[in-house]
Amino acid sequence: MIIVTPLGRATLSILNEMGAAAIFATRVVLAALRPPWFFSQVLRQLVRLGYASLPVIGLTAIFIGGALAVNIYTGGARFNAEQFVPNIVALGISRELGPVLAGLMLAGRVSGGIAAEIGTMRVTEQIDAMTTLSTDPFRFLAAPRLIAVTLCLPLLVLVSDIIGIMGGYLVSVNSLGFNGAIYLRNTLNFIRAEDVVIGLVKAGVFGFIIAIMGAYHGFRSSGGALGVGRAATYAVVSATVLILASNYVITSLWPL
Amino acid sequence: MSGASLSLPLLRLADVHKELGGRAVLRGVDLEVAPGRSLVVIGGSGVGKSVTLKCALGLMRPDSGRIWVAGRDVTGLRGSQRQAVNAKFGMLFQGGALFDSLRIWENVAFRLLYAQKQRRASAREQAIETMRRVRLGPEHADKFPNELSGGMQKRVGLARAIISRPEILFFDEPTTGLDPITADAINDLIVEMVKELGCAAVSITHDMSSAVRIADEIAMLYEGRIIWRGPSAQVYTSGDARVDQFVHGRSQGPIAAIV
Repeated sequence: MIIVTPLGRATLSILNEMGAAAIFATRVVLAALRPPWFFSQVLRQLVRLGYASLPVIGLTAIFIGGALAVNIYTGGARFNAEQFVPNIVALGISRELGPVLAGLMLAGRVSGGIAAEIGTMRVTEQIDAMTTLSTDPFRFLAAPRLIAVTLCLPLLVLVSDIIGIMGGYLVSVNSLGFNGAIYLRNTLNFIRAEDVVIGLVKAGVFGFIIAIMGAYHGFRSSGGALGVGRAATYAVVSATVLILASNYVITSLWPL
Repeated sequence: MSGASLSLPLLRLADVHKELGGRAVLRGVDLEVAPGRSLVVIGGSGVGKSVTLKCALGLMRPDSGRIWVAGRDVTGLRGSQRQAVNAKFGMLFQGGALFDSLRIWENVAFRLLYAQKQRRASAREQAIETMRRVRLGPEHADKFPNELSGGMQKRVGLARAIISRPEILFFDEPTTGLDPITADAINDLIVEMVKELGCAAVSITHDMSSAVRIADEIAMLYEGRIIWRGPSAQVYTSGDARVDQFVHGRSQGPIAAIV
């Protein structure tokens, strides 16, 4: 009994949380699909959450591309396969590292930010105020963020793919002795459309997770600064775990 | 209860119960407010004043009991029907609850801009006109809330609440956190706006000087029920020991002080 009771309580609370998050997600999706839409808010969030994330995404991608090239070169050298650097860099970045790292960076930057912002609005009664002003906070706050992040992340991942492959290129040409033209030709000949497409599909799913987790924990926060801090932490942690889990599911179910 | 007013109450709560976190906060609240009347609910901290207000505004759903607005049962309304009811309301929140990412005029005009989808130019004009009525100059229109003092933020909150001529105005601790002079100015404004709009007003406060200034009637909430209700002039001579203790601010008496 001593072991079973807390285990059961934890299981129930996890199931409870998952159910609440699923209901929340459904409500936000329905709000996002039906008018009235607040286009000005969507635009504002596209700039704040999407465009402003470009530096973070670019910096992450270029360093990961570079490190990947060095690692593949070192590993490949053990069985005379150094020439595969461009192929594996392109594949690794576009299918896996581009979307996952962009997703994880935005889980921190965007999901935590959304939770903190909406959470502060919750504890300072701004959300209640919005309701009394006949405006649905789901439509005004949650739906525009969901639309903006879900649309943005695939575009950001496309940028991340390009910069990541460029990072690999720069390192390979400048310090690993590759010929630039041959490196590029190998990359282009090897990479296929579906490698990029799976990355973009992942990015869309990750964007959805990031926005929903941020908004969900923000809306549920209570109890002043401590509550807002907790909401931001929960948003980042849950978005990160869900991104990694869904990444595995998409990768393993993808028909190839 | 009093039952004095013959006209249909604009807002009526009947036997409202609400439990929060396992504690019965409201245990059968009965309240009604007639058009043009100002009711102030007084009571100590934690007796359920805020929860009563949130139930009346539809921000919380009562566990049992009914709520009518202008004769219509609104207890279980959701979505757009609820929003239509809220269009009759104006609410001044305790901390102002201004949207800190929006400019002052956008705060004041929020309902016009986003619930009624009015054009920005005309919404701005009406916002500046409403700001003038609460004695805020147009030079504040393009500022952000954090650039204004507490008293000014209250004025912005009041302007936001009255811009579309509500039928019922709600005030949550309107003078809390203000210096006595600013508090008095806010009390004056509330009395003036209620008279000018001809609307009903429901306020909750523990500030007695504010309560007697803005109230026609006072009701005292204690342990989740209304224990006394009467004209504001009679609040100091109610004959109820609990009301007496509260309005005179004594720590000794039937109500235990929670320190």
